[in-house]
Amino acid sequence: MTATSHELPAASAPAAERLRPEIVPLRGLPIAGVVIGLLIVSIAGNWRWALDFYHVVGGGAWTALDLFLGFVLGPTIGRLSIPARVELTTRLMPKLVLLIPTLVTMTLASGFQLARLNGMLSGGYPQHAWVVASFVVVGVMATVALGLLEPANIAVLFELRKPVPNGAVIEQLMRRFIYTAGVTGLMQVATLIIMTRLAS
Amino acid sequence: MATIALVAAGVIYLAAYLPRHAPLGPAAGLLVAAAAVLVANLVLLSRQPGFAWWRFRQVAGWTLLAYVVIGGMIEYAFIYDRTSGAVLAVMSLLLLTFVLDVPILVAFTVARFEERARAEAR
Repeated sequence: MTATSHELPAASAPAAERLRPEIVPLRGLPIAGVVIGLLIVSIAGNWRWALDFYHVVGGGAWTALDLFLGFVLGPTIGRLSIPARVELTTRLMPKLVLLIPTLVTMTLASGFQLARLNGMLSGGYPQHAWVVASFVVVGVMATVALGLLEPANIAVLFELRKPVPNGAVIEQLMRRFIYTAGVTGLMQVATLIIMTRLAS
Repeated sequence: MATIALVAAGVIYLAAYLPRHAPLGPAAGLLVAAAAVLVANLVLLSRQPGFAWWRFRQVAGWTLLAYVVIGGMIEYAFIYDRTSGAVLAVMSLLLLTFVLDVPILVAFTVARFEERARAEAR
């Protein structure tokens, strides 16, 4: 691991006109807290409807978000002017710091409990191999998301908060963010295939 | 990332056997490998000249807090699902490795872009 060179041109927007993003949007924390709290209640109470709701809504939203970020927003950001990219990034990235981990927690925690309650974890379950395949896909997504996507997300926000952000660093990190969102988006397609296979 | 991949492989291996108990040899091997990679990363990081440790500690601290909460929820799920004995111990240690590794990844990614001059001034 080596330190990156800082002899790169900085972003040109005057500091007074620039938005200074929050790293974690504090106003969103209570909402995320309520969502996770109700998830814990659903798991503790084996509340099947709620677990289904969390898994379907969380999984659907997470999948749509990953696909949108990777294949729609990513290419669009690449075609924006630098000031437009900076403003979009400044407004969007803090929301994703809270949104993605909440959706992931909702989906995976409820999904595992549903698998347990429906007997899908048993080795005798006819489609057990597909269940294990879903574990592998989630494992790949977790490695990519936690190893590359989330660190890039946080690092972009810290860079944007500096008095003179380094545009090249932001571009490098956003490129990493968008590409890894695309990779997780492809993994989501695999998840859709597996989930529909299990449901049919 | 290698640490996370090894932890994920270990958890997937154990989860694939649930509710039965998996042979623990492979999982223990993956745990040892993950921990070794984590320690190696820390050793390499400690040798970085002029690294922005002040930023690293700031980011790692808050991220660790978040992942302790997440790890606690996951551990609760393990215990709630009646995982026990050696399987619970291995899964808990894999989880601990994960909880320690992610903050290091996030903090390193942020701190590596801090200017050396600011780092040395602190």
